[in-house]
Amino acid sequence: MTYIGKAVKRVEDKRFVTGKGRYTDDIVLPNMAYAYIIRSPYAHAKIVSIDSSAATKAEGVVAVYTGKHIADAGIAGVPCGWQVNFKNGDTMKEPPHPLLAIDKVRHMGDAVAVVIADSLSIARDAADLVEIEYEELPAVVNAKKATEKGAPLVHEDAPNNLCFDWELGNPKEEVDTAMKNAHHVTTLEFVNQRVVPNAIEPRAAIGDYQEASDKYTLYTTSQNPHLTRLLLCAFVLGIPEHKVRVVAPDVGGGFGSKIFHYIEEALMIWVSRQLGQPVKWTADRSEAFMTDAHGRDHITKAEMGFDKGGKIVALRAKTYANLGAYLSTFAPCVPTWLHGTLLQGLYTTPKINVDVTGVFTHTVPVDAYRGAGRPEATYLLERLIDTAALEMKMDPAELRLKNFIPPFDGVEQPGYQTQVALQYDSGNYHGVLERALEMVGYKDFRKEQAEARKEGRLLGIGFSTYIEACGIAPSAVVGALGARAGLYESAQVRVQPTGKVSVYTGSHSHGQGHETTFAQVVADKLGIPMEDVEIVHGDSESVAFGMGTYGSRSLAVGGSAIMRSIDKVLEKGAKIAAHALEASVDDLEFAEGKWTVKGSDKSVAFGDVALTAYVPHNYPEGLEPGMDFSSFYDPANFTYPFGAHIAIVEIDKDTGKVDLKRFIAVDDVGNVINPMIVDGQIHGGLAQGIGQALFEGALYDEYGQLTNGSYMDYTMPRADDFPSFEVDRQVTPCPHNPLGVKGAGEAGTIGSTPAVVNAVMDALSPYGVKNPEMPLTSERVWRMMQE
Amino acid sequence: MIPTGFSYHRAGSVKEAVNLLAKHGDDAKILAGGHSLIPALKLRLNEVGMLIDIAKIPELKSISTAAGHLVIGGCCTHSEIAYSRVVKEQIPMVAEAAELIGDVQVRNRGTIGGSLAHADPAADWPAVMLAADALIEVQGPKGSREIKAADFFSGFYETALSDHEVITAIRMPLLTTGTKTSYQKFMQPASRFALVGCAAVIKNDGGNASEVKVAFTGVSEAPFRDSGVENALKGKTLSVDNIAAAAEHAAADVSIMSDHFASEEYRKHLAKVYARRALAAAS
Repeated sequence: MTYIGKAVKRVEDKRFVTGKGRYTDDIVLPNMAYAYIIRSPYAHAKIVSIDSSAATKAEGVVAVYTGKHIADAGIAGVPCGWQVNFKNGDTMKEPPHPLLAIDKVRHMGDAVAVVIADSLSIARDAADLVEIEYEELPAVVNAKKATEKGAPLVHEDAPNNLCFDWELGNPKEEVDTAMKNAHHVTTLEFVNQRVVPNAIEPRAAIGDYQEASDKYTLYTTSQNPHLTRLLLCAFVLGIPEHKVRVVAPDVGGGFGSKIFHYIEEALMIWVSRQLGQPVKWTADRSEAFMTDAHGRDHITKAEMGFDKGGKIVALRAKTYANLGAYLSTFAPCVPTWLHGTLLQGLYTTPKINVDVTGVFTHTVPVDAYRGAGRPEATYLLERLIDTAALEMKMDPAELRLKNFIPPFDGVEQPGYQTQVALQYDSGNYHGVLERALEMVGYKDFRKEQAEARKEGRLLGIGFSTYIEACGIAPSAVVGALGARAGLYESAQVRVQPTGKVSVYTGSHSHGQGHETTFAQVVADKLGIPMEDVEIVHGDSESVAFGMGTYGSRSLAVGGSAIMRSIDKVLEKGAKIAAHALEASVDDLEFAEGKWTVKGSDKSVAFGDVALTAYVPHNYPEGLEPGMDFSSFYDPANFTYPFGAHIAIVEIDKDTGKVDLKRFIAVDDVGNVINPMIVDGQIHGGLAQGIGQALFEGALYDEYGQLTNGSYMDYTMPRADDFPSFEVDRQVTPCPHNPLGVKGAGEAGTIGSTPAVVNAVMDALSPYGVKNPEMPLTSERVWRMMQE
Repeated sequence: MIPTGFSYHRAGSVKEAVNLLAKHGDDAKILAGGHSLIPALKLRLNEVGMLIDIAKIPELKSISTAAGHLVIGGCCTHSEIAYSRVVKEQIPMVAEAAELIGDVQVRNRGTIGGSLAHADPAADWPAVMLAADALIEVQGPKGSREIKAADFFSGFYETALSDHEVITAIRMPLLTTGTKTSYQKFMQPASRFALVGCAAVIKNDGGNASEVKVAFTGVSEAPFRDSGVENALKGKTLSVDNIAAAAEHAAADVSIMSDHFASEEYRKHLAKVYARRALAAAS
């Protein structure tokens, strides 16, 4: 292999580091107008009146639209893409999410009106002339409180603010019995706090309707332009799909928040159609804080039962999941099928029951954020097991090793069937933890810790061993679970007459480096230089179809689709080569970019075969000219990356400040195409996961005001908050996809959060405190020491 | 993030800036580094008709010693102060504080005069100015005057600066023999302003503290000199125990701010910790 497994430098970085990326906001179209969206300052209020007459008359203002205009046009709003029903079979509550609020606003930042003008500053000034009278109403922001009697209702037709309730695993009675018979039960109640995604590029959208051709183009900051097109056309605006092109050009980070179909996308298309000119909207940072779908926000009670020897006998969990004011595209799936299904973790727990209540509140909608459900599941399990070790006076690493599922490769040994619906593909969980323990020097650390305690210093070590389900997913399976879309991927490999190769992938790169990694795969498989391969993505006009990038799926699903098309190229190429070499296809072998007659020096190069395919003068009879193949790949199963993370912290006894001294991550993401890119993904993931443990968290007050919606108040992790990460890998290939890859995008985030919290709790163990609250700010840690 | 419209004028001299200020009155504002003013304009927390940019006026950019004082021009950036050899040699806490402000970009643009005029209650400079007994030189339509740091910070984002006055320089008496200084800061983790910042100046006279100056920022709605701590240590031997005992008096008689990073109780505790750390470092 020339490229696979090598740390090839990212080809996209030249344009990014020289400021030549082309993002949505960089696009300027002729005769373009600019939109400013007026947003609700209140979490819950009646809209009494809107007077836009002064704004409409202002010089340079093109139009002002309100929710009434949209409703009059018969547009109901943006849909939800996943259905989770109530336990009793009733359909989940799915209240409309209008493009602009009609009678009521339901969260701070809810869109109320849009001002379109010749320039953004005119639109911004004119927005101040729109007079909106609100009648403020009481709000509820906490998911558990929202279900209580008398809580303000977010939607009149969702009693008790319930969207759904849901259960998975063994029958509750069986789990209750196992828990009752347990030798020891560890119980935790905690909040997995709400975090704000904070992609560096705020969302933006340009709607461009061209009357002459009756065609629409949407430029948008999307992780999945095709899905956005499908929702926009079929479910929101009712425009024929072939009339709409969706382009997601360079996108500056998503972390999940750019998966969803947002109201602004449909709004820009609609206003452009009304005005006959392109209209651009770009969020400012304040808007991003109060409109990008947030992540996490679970209130959970969880119990883990153990037998005398420390084997886990049962797990029971009850979660209130905050869904925010409206259902974002995949919101119902995150706390259920991406969370409950992961509660087997790496352990042989025989009885598991998980119960989740999805709740509306007067807050920004919550949806998938890096890890999506799996970090919440990992936090739940890994906090329980470290706490249990402390309570039972056992070593937390040994307790894990004792409970791990034994190694299985998914080929010789079957996959592991969990109690919560999934079948793990392959795993060696002991391997990653043992390697991490070796890297950290565990025995020596415990000695160092004991010495430090004598000096009055607070050192702590924390573990987290995680598994995630990636590469979403077999379409039939997710369909049965409520997905309203298939979750395959498409790829077209077009071999040009000169032997250069264009690959059109439905995956979307917004930081992942697909233009490099995918090219490495294609170049190696075809035996050609990487420079001869071009990766095209993000434009519905060039890429036939796609489901996009999220859930660490691009290489496992998108890469597999590319492999399918490459197989077709090689199959056809062999026929053309056999004809040229006057041999039979069975006598040929393909290596290093040429077909050779076995046992001879007779060969023909890939480039010559490509040319012959387009200049078919001397050509196999009956074979079509050309060399251009599309494939769709629907995965056989999820992929299951896993790993072991260890954090070492020291706490300043005076101030409570946590100093993260070391962080060790041993991840098994299956085969690796580009180790540098995988390391980068792990590092970034760790930063976000550690960020949740120590720094981040959206704060709402009782009125539903987001009180830390700026970088002056919301703590983003920074480079100087971290030590140099110590990362290593184990490789257990995925047995069911052609590249044997599992996915690396979310691993760092999923594993790291509980490792850090566990380390802090280990450092504080002399104080006998329990139930830490994330983020572990200095004051919170200091208060735990005062208890 | 679009401000309301304004006109922009780059002043070539302090005199020109002062004249423009006098002419345009409340409608005009001085722009130096812009690191507080521009975000406030963009968020529309502030509106101005005219910005008078003084950042490039040469007379406001020098750092020197003169007549027993360290003199820093009003438009010196935090970086220029942090890296100045004269500052490091003469009054080390001034350079220490400069280096702890914001991040590299903020330090490269933000100015000492701009920060003082803005008087953010959590800014780093005020504590240093108070502990250094600094004089703030200002120029207005009626000429120049000096304001003692102790008189300068009058409240929450409030100073003794009159309308139409521009800060031209900061003058701090050079340290006498045996005097050490320190600025210690607990950062607000998001903004990196001071959650608690403490500046300490101690004159060590044969092991005794013959002079003690302690000032805080970030603790109360305005920066303050802490006479409780100062009096508790003055005249005493500079021992670990005496320093710790003196630090316990920190922030005793002031109203203390509270926010989601630090409650009143925790802030007061931090004030004691940082008083101890600053005194220890300056002893």
